[in-house]
Amino acid sequence: MSLSECVKIESLSKHFAETVAVSDVSLSVGRGEIFCLLGGSGCGKTTLLRMLAGFERPTAGRILIDGMDMADVPPNRRPVNLMFQSYALFPHMSVFQNVAFGLEQERVSRTEIDRRVREMLDAVKLEGLAGRKPQQLSGGQRQRVALARALVKRPKLLLLDEPLGALDKKLREHTQFELVALQRQLGITFVVVTHDQQEAMSLATRIGVMNQGRIVQVGTPDEIYESPATRFVADFIGSVNIFEGHIGNSGEGGLIAHCGALQIPLPSRVAMPDGTRLALALRPEKIRLQRQSDTGAQVGQRGTVEEVGYLGESSHYRVRLDDGTPLRVDVVNHRRDASQRIQRAERVTLTWSADDLIVLTD
Amino acid sequence: MGRSRISRWTVAIPLIWLLLFLAAPFVMVFLISLSEVRLAMPPYAPFIEWVADSWRWNLDADNYLFIWQDGLYFEAFSYSLKVAAIATLCCLLVGYPMAYAIAQAPERWRSWLLLAIILPFWTSFLLRVYAWIGLLKTDGLINQALLALGVITSPLQLLYTDFAVLIGIVYSYLPFMILPLYANLERHDRLLLEAAADLGASTWTRFWRITLPLSRPGVVAGCLLVFIPAAGEFVIPSLLGRSDQLMIGRVLADEFFANRDWPVAGAVAMILLIVLLLPMVGFQKSIQRQSEDGV
Repeated sequence: MSLSECVKIESLSKHFAETVAVSDVSLSVGRGEIFCLLGGSGCGKTTLLRMLAGFERPTAGRILIDGMDMADVPPNRRPVNLMFQSYALFPHMSVFQNVAFGLEQERVSRTEIDRRVREMLDAVKLEGLAGRKPQQLSGGQRQRVALARALVKRPKLLLLDEPLGALDKKLREHTQFELVALQRQLGITFVVVTHDQQEAMSLATRIGVMNQGRIVQVGTPDEIYESPATRFVADFIGSVNIFEGHIGNSGEGGLIAHCGALQIPLPSRVAMPDGTRLALALRPEKIRLQRQSDTGAQVGQRGTVEEVGYLGESSHYRVRLDDGTPLRVDVVNHRRDASQRIQRAERVTLTWSADDLIVLTD
Repeated sequence: MGRSRISRWTVAIPLIWLLLFLAAPFVMVFLISLSEVRLAMPPYAPFIEWVADSWRWNLDADNYLFIWQDGLYFEAFSYSLKVAAIATLCCLLVGYPMAYAIAQAPERWRSWLLLAIILPFWTSFLLRVYAWIGLLKTDGLINQALLALGVITSPLQLLYTDFAVLIGIVYSYLPFMILPLYANLERHDRLLLEAAADLGASTWTRFWRITLPLSRPGVVAGCLLVFIPAAGEFVIPSLLGRSDQLMIGRVLADEFFANRDWPVAGAVAMILLIVLLLPMVGFQKSIQRQSEDGV
């Protein structure tokens, strides 16, 4: 085990009666990382988090934190703290008492507790609210109390269960940046569970995508988005157009995929035998959309705009190709003039670089 | 319009009820307590009399003064409060673990366990107290069992003691402690205990710092439900208790039925009411404070 590893999970499984919540997960999280476990509801991410905190016993496998096997360590002895999704603040204690609770368990002196709690409340900008009860706080303030309470013990690992889930959109974006800044400042390793891909993308140094109890891909946000390993990942993160087909007769200078009536040139690095079944994934923003009247040459795919969704900073187009395939295309509106934008029912040409195609064979 | 008339009536019905069956008797008893005893029917002087060309009120605080000066009443009061307090404490010590265990039990078990708590109410209260006589008397089941086991060599005097009264009260009123406690404990958010464990608290600390303070309204409600009727209890001390030490309920009954001294009985009742009202007021205050905290 290398020194920079904070958490090491070895073939961890958890079964509840009939169902398998977590299945053979192996993972390591480096010190100082923000690692996001991303997946839909019921994918096992929360169970995995609860095993790290010690609230669930693994059916099989090991968890090492800082090199120490956690098998027989109860939650109250782990160098780990959890920020609960519902915050689970103690309603009968003030903000100060909530934050001090963890330190009191460590038999830290009163003056030391006082100093560290004040320091922590400063860090999360709750200085003036130390005497309030949780019920007297707004959602955002409660979230920060929960964060302060979990961080004040300076755990080796902080687990966050949907940390921004209960906040409204504006506050969420703001808090996201604060959370990252705080994490950098304290240097504590974060493991975040979320179902929100945007939250994961903006917070994480690395993301582990989970599906049906398994980790299907681990990578940086960029890797997960631009090079998804499976169709599930491609589909789960962001929007994607999928073409199904097989490798056809090799053309000059590269392979061609036959997807229905479409013939799509593949990236030059792809090498597969003829007839291999595959799926091509293409992100909507990677497609260039042009009026047919503007493109003379016979390049790209032709189609008709069926729907336009104007979102302000960008527009989402639904285009039906002439062979009947529907495609989604996202275009940034970098001009104010509405007449510059392609409208519904216009004939269009779609082009993309072969390198932007993601080739999936699963 | 019709709706507001209905809502006005729904308020009026309990109000009329309270007026007829609480306020009116209260005023009656209060007036009787200020009156003086007469060998007549009813056995007290009229509140107001026509004497020498004018109406004269026949009311004074003599009965209260009498109760204050006669040590018997004070002793009965303090004995009753002491017994009620000890019984309440015993109920709490026995009832809390039971309520806690039921609240922790798997959901499909809980209603059965609660049923078991309520089941004794299906037989008559009096019958259950009589049953304790059978258990506690000198040749009763408990003494026989202890003798047979060789724990004791001669039977213990269990019946007609403070101990017997305590057992009777604790046994009879235990459900009134358990039910409000259960109602409170069952609502507790388990995540709070997990959060406390996560922050390093041991099982004991979790109970002491989280569960217990959050169950305070349940504890207070249970204690009042036991303490108030126990302090005025009449049947249990009459059947199981000492004959040389009266509880105030017994004194009240004796004044009323045996002495036919309604005014003194009325005064005793008023004092009892006031003594028992004080903890209620305190409870109301504490509930108010808690709801301000949003607990």
